[in-house]
Amino acid sequence: MTAIEIPALNFAALLPLFIVVGTGLLVVVLDLFIADKKSLGWLSLFGVILAAIVGNMQQGGAGFDPAFQNVSLLDGYANFFNIIFLSTAALSILVALGYLGRVGLHRGEYYALLLFATSGMMAMGMATDLMVVFIGLETMSIALYVMSALNRHSRPSGEAGIKYFLMGSFASAFLLYGMALTYGATGSTNFSDIGSVLTAGTVAPMAMLGLGLLLVGFAFKVAAVPFQWWTPDVYHGAPTAVTTFMSVGAKAAGFATLMRLLMVSFPAFAVDWQLAIAVLAVLTMTLGNVAALAQKDVKRMLAYSSIAHAGYILVGVAAATTEGIKSVLFYLLIYAFMNIGAFAVVGVLEQKEAIGTKLTEYAGLARKNPWLAMVMALFLFSLTGFPPLAGFWGKLYIFRAAVNADLTWLAVVAVINSGVAAFYYLSVIVQMYMKPAADDAPEILPSTPATRIALAVAGLAVVLIGILPASLVDMVAKGVFG
Amino acid sequence: MEIYLFFLFGGIAVVGALAMVFNKNAVHSALFLLLTLVMIAGLYVLLNAQFIAVAQIMVYAGAIVVLILFVVMLLGAELGESIPRWLTLRNSVMVLLALVFLTVSGTAVYDWLYSTQPITGTVTDEVIARQGSVQLVGESLFTQFLLPFELASILLLVGIIGVVVLGGWRLVQHRQRGE
Repeated sequence: MTAIEIPALNFAALLPLFIVVGTGLLVVVLDLFIADKKSLGWLSLFGVILAAIVGNMQQGGAGFDPAFQNVSLLDGYANFFNIIFLSTAALSILVALGYLGRVGLHRGEYYALLLFATSGMMAMGMATDLMVVFIGLETMSIALYVMSALNRHSRPSGEAGIKYFLMGSFASAFLLYGMALTYGATGSTNFSDIGSVLTAGTVAPMAMLGLGLLLVGFAFKVAAVPFQWWTPDVYHGAPTAVTTFMSVGAKAAGFATLMRLLMVSFPAFAVDWQLAIAVLAVLTMTLGNVAALAQKDVKRMLAYSSIAHAGYILVGVAAATTEGIKSVLFYLLIYAFMNIGAFAVVGVLEQKEAIGTKLTEYAGLARKNPWLAMVMALFLFSLTGFPPLAGFWGKLYIFRAAVNADLTWLAVVAVINSGVAAFYYLSVIVQMYMKPAADDAPEILPSTPATRIALAVAGLAVVLIGILPASLVDMVAKGVFG
Repeated sequence: MEIYLFFLFGGIAVVGALAMVFNKNAVHSALFLLLTLVMIAGLYVLLNAQFIAVAQIMVYAGAIVVLILFVVMLLGAELGESIPRWLTLRNSVMVLLALVFLTVSGTAVYDWLYSTQPITGTVTDEVIARQGSVQLVGESLFTQFLLPFELASILLLVGIIGVVVLGGWRLVQHRQRGE
């Protein structure tokens, strides 16, 4: 029997991931001794920011070689997604610090789960091997299932948890089957090895089937139509702080892996998956927006709106060009700020037992709390895509990428959809600014400093990226792989 | 010889799976699941993956089915709600789609099996006979797949924390009330 030789691993490349995991473990242990759960939240925030700083310092440094036997790679692409995941995590922690205490859910495990979910997302962004993709995805998903069901006293929260769990497991099964068939057809789980086998060989129907199942699995995870129907119930039922986190993080992680997989492993089938993704994009945008029009509850409306946004992002993926990847990266970062901001405002206005999320309850907000109404209006205008806010540039780049990739029809559908979306975003603004508050409207509880920091950061990001998109464009340009 | 064993194990596995789904009694379902899992272990042996076969029996047949039986008995859920057996429009559409998928995937796999793809890879029968499959699995876990292997420990930890968070809420309430 020969001894096993541990090969060179390149730990440095995964340092940001290890920092997040380490902070998570620290939070789990400290939770036993510390009664003040808020300090655990601040500790988690510190860990997340540290990971982001370390990740950025590594850029251009030695971290670029493939790590751990070529199963993961911290290239500019992964680093950009790390920035998205870490800013999502940081803002969500700030939102949670204010929200959880108010609804009586403040538990130390929450922050640990959030950090582990973030580490799963980071693993997905860096993955260049299907094994890492699957483990990262499951780490993220299982943490999110638990977080959705966190509020054990509320039926919607329990329903959200079980529904997300069942549908998510189903999606994972599809994904795993797709991975197994892909592995069977190509003999490898490595992205680029799969790519070279498929490019060299005759087109194997089995690999095509694998690709189809992988697409189904990822469509579930990013909530694309027709695999979306769990989304409204889960996003609506879960505690708002959790919805804030998963509506951005889980989607971004799904897109991170999906794009790398499609571009690196399946360029041989590009014509087929481009069409499939374009169809998904049209369905997702249209159904998300039309359904959002009918909603009477702002939290549920934003859930449908996040489905629609997944559709816009799919337009960028369907372009299948470097420009398309760039536009998706650009959009996802902007989407993170504006969507988290909007859900954070919903969280501030929400009282116990789902009071305060209905559209009519937003009436007269501008008079009662002008600052809150102003930032909410800012996020909603940005989600609509009004210039000069960040959301406008995000949509512009995606549509331009689609047009340049000869998908003008898709860009047209997306533009029409943005117009439809304006109706329901503006109806909230109309309620806030033009309708008087009902006499029995619930009192608005003051927001905590943590929430205010989150709203200020997200609001500033939306405005600054809107005025100066060039700096983000430069950043995105470094975020493209091979 | 091998091909007959394949159809024997595979056939019983499929029958067991169907019986599991269609059985009303949850305990019987669990036992049929056990049958399917053991038959799949047999398939692994045919594939020269003895270690996976043993792990399959120990982990799935041994631990997981026992766990399922425990849960069924603790909840007293032996007899679940009866499943409608008639074919409604919805059911028949689902069955139809499943058959379409089965045909497509079956064709694709069949096509691949009988195409003249050379079988590649370093783990041949001869290597397995020389080294033993346990060492091969261990070696690939600690070299090629070290990162997923280590990340899986985080995954399991998340699972454990999840159980405590969702299952231990009464305990937390008691503690908060100072009991």
